[in-house]
Amino acid sequence: MGRKIEKLLIEFARIHRFMMSFLREAVSPPYEFKEIVRQCYEIGWKSFPLISLTGFIVGFVFTKQSRPSLEDFGATSWLPNLISIAIVRALAPLVTALIASGKVGSQIGAELSSMNVTEQIDAMEVSGTNPTKFLISTRIIATTTMIPVLCFYVAGIGLFGGYLSIATKDDLSILAFFTQVFESIAAKDVFAMVLRAVVFGFTIGFASTYVGYYSSKGTEGVGKAANAAVVSSMFLVFIEELLIVQLLSLIG
Amino acid sequence: MEKKKVNINRDDVVIHVDNISKSFGDLHILRDVDLKLYNGENLVVLGRSGTGKSVLIKLISGLLKPDKGDIHVLGEIVNQLDERELRDLRQRIGFSFQNSALYDSMTVRENLEFPLVRNKRNLTRAEIDKEVEEVLEGVGLSQAINQMPSELSGGQRKRIGIARTLILRPDIMLYDEPTAGLDPLTCLDINSLINQVQEQYQTSSIIITHDLSCAKMVGDRMVMLLDGKFERQGTFEEIFNTDDERVKPFYDYNFID
Repeated sequence: MGRKIEKLLIEFARIHRFMMSFLREAVSPPYEFKEIVRQCYEIGWKSFPLISLTGFIVGFVFTKQSRPSLEDFGATSWLPNLISIAIVRALAPLVTALIASGKVGSQIGAELSSMNVTEQIDAMEVSGTNPTKFLISTRIIATTTMIPVLCFYVAGIGLFGGYLSIATKDDLSILAFFTQVFESIAAKDVFAMVLRAVVFGFTIGFASTYVGYYSSKGTEGVGKAANAAVVSSMFLVFIEELLIVQLLSLIG
Repeated sequence: MEKKKVNINRDDVVIHVDNISKSFGDLHILRDVDLKLYNGENLVVLGRSGTGKSVLIKLISGLLKPDKGDIHVLGEIVNQLDERELRDLRQRIGFSFQNSALYDSMTVRENLEFPLVRNKRNLTRAEIDKEVEEVLEGVGLSQAINQMPSELSGGQRKRIGIARTLILRPDIMLYDEPTAGLDPLTCLDINSLINQVQEQYQTSSIIITHDLSCAKMVGDRMVMLLDGKFERQGTFEEIFNTDDERVKPFYDYNFID
């Protein structure tokens, strides 16, 4: 028992050191702009096909499933209002984060872990290069900036999926749909979405780089790191979602 | 192939491993180890697998910290330096990894540029290209400049790995099993390259190996790690002119009649 507590405390200390090291390297020059752009491309642009499909399906299915409940009250005209609030406030950031945890988290975890196994990280260190600056900061900055961008895109494509779902039953123009959508979204909803996306983006980047960087040696370590990156990212995203909901309801 | 005579300054100690010990859990790897590397010499560290040879050079380069003792490199105590000071010192130490450790997402050119652009940020594009081409030519692989590491053979990867460390013009080279996993002819090429680096760049080197042909060809002096300590030191002949049962099989296996 005592040994487990000791291991846990050592792990917390290591996480703290990793966080401090990231913060120090992220703000201090020289900056790795080229690598940040490359990571944004890898994380953002290469996720577009998967994110597009998922966002569209979530919007379409959510709208289809919500229709019967509103139909009972003859309130199907409120569908655009309902789905816009649901998608912008909760679904878009959550869906984006979960997809990114799977795709981006596993990619970062496996990449850093295999670099660790093949001594590429050691090679960087001994050549006088700071691996935290080049490998860690760039990836965390890229996820923190790209997840919000992807989140806006998922919201847009999800709403479009919702519109198509409505249009299969009702005679509603796309202009009328989006007019209703924008009327029902308040600034605080957009703020809630951006807040979630930034927090989730940072979490995915931090958790996956951490498990990849400190992975155990050997090929088994690479698999474990990829798996741990996904599991820990998703777990933390759900915990944060719970906390953010509480926080936002307190703010109003 | 005979090794050329080089100038070794025995008054100038570039590395002094001063009474260090290192354990991993209950496993004692190095016990009160003492070692000196003189300016200009190639020192070969021999020993069986798992005796702590690689641990020793990881301690010297600051990748690991000793449990006890100090490591003096080029006048600095490695285990007492902060991160920034250690990074500055590491620019003067080249480390050739056993598996080359090339960055597999980068081309050969990018691999060589990587340490250069990060440590000498005021270089122009033309100067970087010149350095890269020069060092690649030195290891005889100019044609591989745009290839990916996965497209190279084991020997070529070793050469590129050495070239990547040479690009910063280090004073000290640390080679971790430079001939491991290579065919005999490629081993000869790598051994010649190690000697060429010593002459051309005036480096002092520690070569970790259990390949006695390599040791004989590149070493000016040798030490043998036995049971966590350097029990034997001297020339190749001095090391192996013994009835010590821990040493004899080593020689017999490599030079069996």
